[in-house]
Amino acid sequence: MSAVEAERTSPAPVGRGEPLLKLEGIKKYFPITRGIIFQKHIGDVHAVDGVDLEVYPAETVGLVGETGCGKSTLARVVTRLHDASDGTITFDGQDITHLKGGELREVRRDIQMVFQDPYASLNPRQTVGSIISAPFRLHKTIPHDKIKTEVQDLMQLVGLNPEHFNRFPHEFSGGQRQRIGVARALALRPKLIVCDEPVSALDVSIQAQILNLLDDLQRELKLTYLFIAHDLSVVKHVSDRVAVMYLGKIVEISDGEDLYRNPKHPYTGALLSAVPIADPDLAKDRRRIILEGDVPSPIDPPPGCRFHPRCPRTKALAKDQHVVDAQGNPLRYMPSCHDEEPLLVPHGPTHMAACHYPLEARIMPGETGPEEQVSP
Amino acid sequence: MAEPLLEVVDLTVSFPTEDGLVKAVDHVSLTVDSGETLGVVGESGSGKSVSFLTVMGLTNRKSAIVEGKVLFQGVDLLELSPDEFQEFRGKKIGMVFQDPMTSLHPFYKVGDQIAETILAHRGVSKKEAADRAVDMLQRVGIPKPAERAKQYPHEFSGGMRQRAMIAMALSLNPDLLIADEPTTALDVTVQAQILELISRLKEEFNAAVVIITHDLGVVAEYCDHIQVMYAGKIVEKGSAEDIYHASEHPYTWGLLRSIPRLDAEVDRLQPIKGLPPSLIFVPSGCAFHPRCPYAFERCLDEVPELLPTDGMHYTACHLSMSDRERIFHEDVEVRR
Repeated sequence: MSAVEAERTSPAPVGRGEPLLKLEGIKKYFPITRGIIFQKHIGDVHAVDGVDLEVYPAETVGLVGETGCGKSTLARVVTRLHDASDGTITFDGQDITHLKGGELREVRRDIQMVFQDPYASLNPRQTVGSIISAPFRLHKTIPHDKIKTEVQDLMQLVGLNPEHFNRFPHEFSGGQRQRIGVARALALRPKLIVCDEPVSALDVSIQAQILNLLDDLQRELKLTYLFIAHDLSVVKHVSDRVAVMYLGKIVEISDGEDLYRNPKHPYTGALLSAVPIADPDLAKDRRRIILEGDVPSPIDPPPGCRFHPRCPRTKALAKDQHVVDAQGNPLRYMPSCHDEEPLLVPHGPTHMAACHYPLEARIMPGETGPEEQVSP
Repeated sequence: MAEPLLEVVDLTVSFPTEDGLVKAVDHVSLTVDSGETLGVVGESGSGKSVSFLTVMGLTNRKSAIVEGKVLFQGVDLLELSPDEFQEFRGKKIGMVFQDPMTSLHPFYKVGDQIAETILAHRGVSKKEAADRAVDMLQRVGIPKPAERAKQYPHEFSGGMRQRAMIAMALSLNPDLLIADEPTTALDVTVQAQILELISRLKEEFNAAVVIITHDLGVVAEYCDHIQVMYAGKIVEKGSAEDIYHASEHPYTWGLLRSIPRLDAEVDRLQPIKGLPPSLIFVPSGCAFHPRCPYAFERCLDEVPELLPTDGMHYTACHLSMSDRERIFHEDVEVRR
């Protein structure tokens, strides 16, 4: 990681002008300490470990990955709820990495967030009206006597009944609560909305309503979204471009259709194959790549490619080529995957992946799986 | 044909509340045969969990009014005393709950929690129970099971905890495993692992499985039969083939259309409009009519019966056969 990486930028969609949000070499480490009085620093959780990403005006960039890959931490760094340990965040041409106080508040008007859990992210003791009007009271963007009508307009906009102004969150269903969360995020007419798993707590039927709402709002208000989720089918549906994250790093980034048709990173392939298909015949036909185990600890990430201990491809390649270690025991991975960290390299005009042995075939029903294509 | 493993006849579960009677389950009948996998699909509040909590004897006897029969291997579970029920629960029917974060006790070691179940039902020594617990952890694919058994739930990841729950549910070799939203709280990759595990263990333990879920996509691969519930009633049931390739109820269509799909370019999802109804004031006639785009007058006053349409495929809808077929082909199938 380092200088080489910081210079690279993700491939730009053509003709979009300047990025609205630009992340360069973003790192977020959480210190681990031992002792109560003399807190000794004994290590770090490498939650986000060098992320470069650009988000252009009016586009939706999806960020997918498993629990613990750092996607929510990245969202919190972007919204400045966490301070980055390293790297720069440029928003609308301005470096916002170290802004404080009034200047930070100014920027926060333009960057808002929708949280994952609509049950935990709304204060149960406040009425919906006061939840949605909180941004107005904090930022004083509109006169006091206009707040109520403005809030009711917002409620209308997100499909809530404006007469429910005085109700409490518990009187609403999960989907409606998420609408309240969206209304609150929209209050200050932000440019960028960071959605952190906005639909994962909802039933499928309600999930579709919220996704359509976000889509409508984007068109109407020319919003830009950074959309975070663990479900690739949801992310693909809403996003123009998709970035796949694993253990604090982006391993693949591409426009949605290309990522799905033509995944390059074995991790993306595995994620794609894990998505449930609502069709028993197709589902039985396809080859499922079931990843073994969980995401390794970000305290001490694996050397080389961080995915290599779970990677089905490097395992298949090593077996095929009878790779052995110094003692002559068979290895479960290719040596380069262990020794050398792969960099994000272009695989087409809008596609980048960080893998030493990128996939060649798509893995959807009726076609051969990547495990069979072992020649690099 | 042999007697079904589980037969639920006309089960009605209602809860008296200050605001009125909540009819969570409304005349539900179903059967589960040995070795089959049944998927139960519906939104929050459709009564899918309550039906099976009742089968497990976990609805509170004081606060719930339960009518109907739950025959398990010919024995009516609802007639049993709490002590007699204890014999069945765990031993014959195992259950995996939705949220692995809250359904394990945080103060006890995982191995001890599994051993506790075994000790309660089998006359074995503590040592034997502990060994069995480790063996179960191994069978559900937890690496280093002997060490893991001595850890507390917070040291397990979400997927690991769900595996431990499955180990617990299967530790007594039950004939029926009920999995209530087993993967909802988990990542897609872990979800795939857990579903594979359940279907593998089903073969190994020769058990029947009921998977309760809100996502039709999840169960497509694993279920032999599927039933769709809405507002406490079964609105459609049939083989997986029937439900995915020839479904006949507008609610099932709605569920199928709401799923974002990877393999199709869909510009816009078509969600089911509105919200699930209150179970105190269930809409007249067909409970789905306020949200149904195909509803007509008859749907407003007459409750549709669950009738066979062909073979084992049952639907509760007033639309005529030909209309259903036409709409499915024109509006639903094109999306797939």
